[in-house]
Amino acid sequence: MVECRVVIVGAGPAGIRCAETLVAAGLRPTVIDEGRRDGGQIYRRQPENFTRSYDMLYGSEARRAEAIHGGFDALRGKIDYLPETLVWNIAERQLYAAAGTNQIMVPFDVLILCSGAVDRLMPVKGWNLAGTFSLGGAQIALKSQACAIGKQVVFMGTGALLYLVAAQYQKMGAHVAAVLDTSPWSLRLSALPKLLAQPSVLWSGVKLDLTLRLAGVPVYNGIDPLEIEGTADAGVQGVSFKDRNGEIRGVACDAVALGYHLRPETQLADLARCAFTFDPGTRQWLLQSDPDGRSSVAGVYLAGDGARIRGARAAEASGRLAAMAALHDLGHPQSAEIMAGLRRTLARWTRFAQGLAQAFPWPAQQAARLSDDTVVCRCEAVTAAELRRVVLETDAIEANRAKAFSRVGMGRCQGRYCGQAAAEVIAHAAHVPVEQVGRLRGQAPVKPLPVVIGEDAA
Amino acid sequence: MSGRFVRLSETNRSQLTIIVDGQPVRALEGDTLLVAMLGAGRYLRQSEFGDGQRAGFCLMGACQDCWVRTEDGARLRACSTVVREGMRISTRLPEATWSNAV
Ligand SMILES: Cc1cc2nc3c(=O)[nH]c(=O)nc-3n(C[C@H](O)[C@H](O)[C@H](O)COP(=O)(O)OP(=O)(O)OC[C@H]3O[C@@H](n4cnc5c(N)ncnc54)[C@H](O)[C@@H]3O)c2cc1C
Ligand code: FES
Repeated sequence: MVECRVVIVGAGPAGIRCAETLVAAGLRPTVIDEGRRDGGQIYRRQPENFTRSYDMLYGSEARRAEAIHGGFDALRGKIDYLPETLVWNIAERQLYAAAGTNQIMVPFDVLILCSGAVDRLMPVKGWNLAGTFSLGGAQIALKSQACAIGKQVVFMGTGALLYLVAAQYQKMGAHVAAVLDTSPWSLRLSALPKLLAQPSVLWSGVKLDLTLRLAGVPVYNGIDPLEIEGTADAGVQGVSFKDRNGEIRGVACDAVALGYHLRPETQLADLARCAFTFDPGTRQWLLQSDPDGRSSVAGVYLAGDGARIRGARAAEASGRLAAMAALHDLGHPQSAEIMAGLRRTLARWTRFAQGLAQAFPWPAQQAARLSDDTVVCRCEAVTAAELRRVVLETDAIEANRAKAFSRVGMGRCQGRYCGQAAAEVIAHAAHVPVEQVGRLRGQAPVKPLPVVIGEDAA
Repeated sequence: MSGRFVRLSETNRSQLTIIVDGQPVRALEGDTLLVAMLGAGRYLRQSEFGDGQRAGFCLMGACQDCWVRTEDGARLRACSTVVREGMRISTRLPEATWSNAV
């Protein structure tokens, strides 16, 4: 058989399990990751000279983290691993990658995208003040640098990660000023049947909530965020919100960790021309994929949170399954039984993820209520008023047109953090369903490149 | 004024010094530039859109809010740059240009 060039983007749990499966079948895949070390988000490795133990760093997930890191270490020499390398474009079956200022072209026959997720954000007045970080960013400060983002930290948003990161802060000795969750408690009860698809994970979540409350951390549910208060010079000084009874409250703090669950990183798949479908459950556009990870484009496969936000354990299963699907399509016979088992595992995680989306919904209605002076685009400080004006005056209700006129989504984050909220603001202003607004198209480079780029053949 | 970030552990690493706006700043080996600067100070840069100071946002290389410049004008993403002894950073140089077009 002619040597088949298989490339995996992402060395998180999905990419690592995918690479293992391919190596076991006798292939030598190329694994590319922007990070300095493998592990991806949840199993992010700390710098080499840090000494915290696996148990301290990864808690209940310590053994899985060890297994993932060990699994990747065992692949050395059997894969071509390109760390600190950003894939920034895909065209004509070639990846354009940049390692520092060096440009590398990587041709492929099979591409498996395991690019993970980033925080999903809903703006709030004042979120552009210094001292507001994404929830994931707050966790990275802790895990990878042993720091808290401030002396008094408020955790605001919704989702399981909100409680997890707050509890991790509390455990490591940081001061958690409050946990402010936009989702009311009642939704968790109605989501219970789906959450019971993973009873042990559900129980861990309940324990986190209890730990925080027992430690005396004020936890509010069903809140409505009003403002992150502070000044342009001092940064964050407090948070004001309405509690579930409609009473206005304030918490003093110097840092806010803000996040509403996650959104998949789909830019590369978009550049590879993979099709998307609107997912009404989470109100976002997701990549089309068959149960095994085949995208709409032949030879391009999707796994992990980049395909669907289902968490780290599902990422492992979907990485394996996508590799098996690719192998099958290349003519390597695969065990139908193992594939069916992986599909069943994934189905349980899908159900659990639906439960999480129901218990901790994306607060679309907040976009409608954002005051006109709220900054929607943090990159270029574009306000809700400006976006609404563009919609009303130019009739630009399609996301990419509204972007061209308002610049929302054009800044340096390329719409990663404002795009979904902007779509909700537009939909509300134009009185159309959010799916009609569409989605921001991925553009190359998917992240800004170093200024000087030289050629370097791979 | 004290720094924005609070170091909770791992403080026995070797020390090194970087220079921010001409002033020496103590850092620890393995720090990212963002952590070194926010461990000692309150911000990384001024927003070029007039809405005040910025201290980064995502810490994972996705938002690009943490661009700073070396004294000779090179652009660095502070959250994914590891500090080196003697690094010289300016928060006052004009805003780094960034390329979003090929
Ligand atoms: C900040 C953050 C914190 C999280 N913390 C937790 C947690 O504590 N507990 C939990 O259960 N879940 C957590 N999650 C969810 C969890 O990360 C995922 O379920 C799991 O890591 C998904 O694995 P993955 O392999 O799909 O992606 P990831 O682990 O995210 O790995 C994706 C990899 O792809 C690389 N990549 C992406 N795009 C490119 C590109 N263009 N070029 C090169 N490389 C690229 C990234 O560098 C990354 O290493 C977190 C998610 C985020 C974003
Ligand atoms: S803080 Fe977001 S890219 Fe550095």
